[in-house]
Amino acid sequence: MNDSVDRLRARGARVEAVEASAKMSAAELSAWFGDKQALRSITLPLIERKVTAIIGPSGCGKSTFIRCLNRMHEVVAGARATGDVLLDGKSVYGADVDPVRVRRRVGMVFQKPNPFPTMSVRDNVLAGLRLSGIDPPDTDALVEEVLGQAALWDEVKDALDRPGGALSGGQQQRLCIARCLALEPEVVLMDEPCSSLDPIATAKIEELIHDLRDRYTIVVVTHSMQQAARVSDYTAFFYLGELVEYDHADVIFTKPSDPRTEDYITGRFG
Amino acid sequence: MTPELESAYRGRKLAARVAPAASGAAVVLALLPLFAVFAYVASHGARALSLTFFTEPVGVRGAGMANAIFGTIELVVLASAMGIPLGIAAGLYLAEYASTPLARAVRFSADVLAGVPSILVGVVVYAVVVVRMKQFSALAGAAALAVVMLPLVTRTTDELARAVPDSLREAALALGAPRWRTALFVVLRTAAPGIRSGCLLAVARVSGETAPLLFTAYNNRFFNESLLDPTSTLQVQIFTYTMTPNDDWHAQAWAAALVLVTLVIVLNVLARRLVAEEESG
Ligand SMILES: Nc1ncnc2c1ncn2[C@@H]1O[C@H](COP(=O)(O)OP(=O)(O)OP(=O)(O)O)[C@@H](O)[C@H]1O
Ligand SMILES: [Mg+2]
Repeated sequence: MNDSVDRLRARGARVEAVEASAKMSAAELSAWFGDKQALRSITLPLIERKVTAIIGPSGCGKSTFIRCLNRMHEVVAGARATGDVLLDGKSVYGADVDPVRVRRRVGMVFQKPNPFPTMSVRDNVLAGLRLSGIDPPDTDALVEEVLGQAALWDEVKDALDRPGGALSGGQQQRLCIARCLALEPEVVLMDEPCSSLDPIATAKIEELIHDLRDRYTIVVVTHSMQQAARVSDYTAFFYLGELVEYDHADVIFTKPSDPRTEDYITGRFG
Repeated sequence: MTPELESAYRGRKLAARVAPAASGAAVVLALLPLFAVFAYVASHGARALSLTFFTEPVGVRGAGMANAIFGTIELVVLASAMGIPLGIAAGLYLAEYASTPLARAVRFSADVLAGVPSILVGVVVYAVVVVRMKQFSALAGAAALAVVMLPLVTRTTDELARAVPDSLREAALALGAPRWRTALFVVLRTAAPGIRSGCLLAVARVSGETAPLLFTAYNNRFFNESLLDPTSTLQVQIFTYTMTPNDDWHAQAWAAALVLVTLVIVLNVLARRLVAEEESG
């Protein structure tokens, strides 16, 4: 199915039955902004109920890659993609596939917290459902459940009617995670979820990622090696729009096989 | 402190004292005409005000302007009911689907419409509505005012919807919301406070419009019995009375002017309070 996995096998790496356990996978995925190519034939599995971290220098295509997974890339004017992305073995780019359905199954948390500022905390949590035209029957229970999953319930249980924009940055980001979880997605994509947060909020979100892996397939883009090492089971290193290396996280961070990976994780990158 | 720093510091201190004084003077200068107009209208208008002015129509002996006051409000409400939803829809469409040919056509016509003198709007509505219905009517007048409002509301909505950050649109789309729901429930909702004040300004603007009503709502000495009857308004009644050589009628026109100005001010104040309340939660 894919080059990087074949390479791993050839090296005797310990990637187990990758095809069988991939919840999603990219196959020769390339992406452009106008004439500018941002991704070059990426082939990469995302293993079910595991955390895959994507690392690489700024501008290497990490955000573009995860945005291709839930068809958010095409929202940008002039942007297009070729190749394929499979979800449970079926293409998300098929002619009969509605991107709206893909996005409900593959949730996304953005780099900058973006709660709806005019909606209350409660309405933010329910926004995904309401925006899909669904009125959930027992909203209170749902709100409590997903805010609990996002480790935010204790902090906001008395402030559910305050506007979402009135929370702290870290709370806003967890609110965005709760908003995403309320749709019961199968895959959760997180684009540098901690980049605007302090160490305490970061630790909370990392803990949260840890807890969520039992139920969701998670992809985390991060600039922090330590974070990738702490939270991920698998790690992919991107460079200049290409996938350089993909392996178990401990392998990437202890004995990477590509010199560019080694340079990057040891901070020797120019 | 070095001498240069010292003098720069003194200069800045001076500027800090002069600037507020200058801007204060500018505020007074800008407000002066407003107060002058209001004071003049008030002093002339108050004399002719009486209870009957508010209770009796123009056509009764010892007459008032109850029908004209009612007509002004009636037309503004009707015009708003037509112009505001349409203008918001058009503005939202412009902001969210800016690159489609339809959007370009809508933007072009809004720009043209905004530049058309309002009397021409009256003429066109006369030709399209009044001639065809064979009578002047409140409906025709309201339609003319709605056409005057339309580009104002459209452009405000367009501008404010554009100012909504893309990150919110992306948040909604990533939650699996279709484009149109994103536009209605996220973009419109986020921009709503600003759009609301924009609409109120448009309402205030048309509540004094006279020209488009001359050949559409026309005038009526009594209350209009239906929306299909000619209808009096304060502004047209002021116009009619001032064109006569009758001193009593001139006094009545001043009184009508006072009521109209007060109406517009009250509308503005109410509107602002509404918006402020909304914003403070
Ligand atoms: N909207 C856009 N229009 C044009 N080019 C873009 C756009 N967004 C990204 N690019 C380009 O695509 C390439 C990949 O960008 P991308 O945002 O995926 O990088 P990234 O790895 O996420 O970087 P960072 O770590 O800084 O977030 C970059 O060279 C960038 O300049
Ligand atoms: Mg990025």
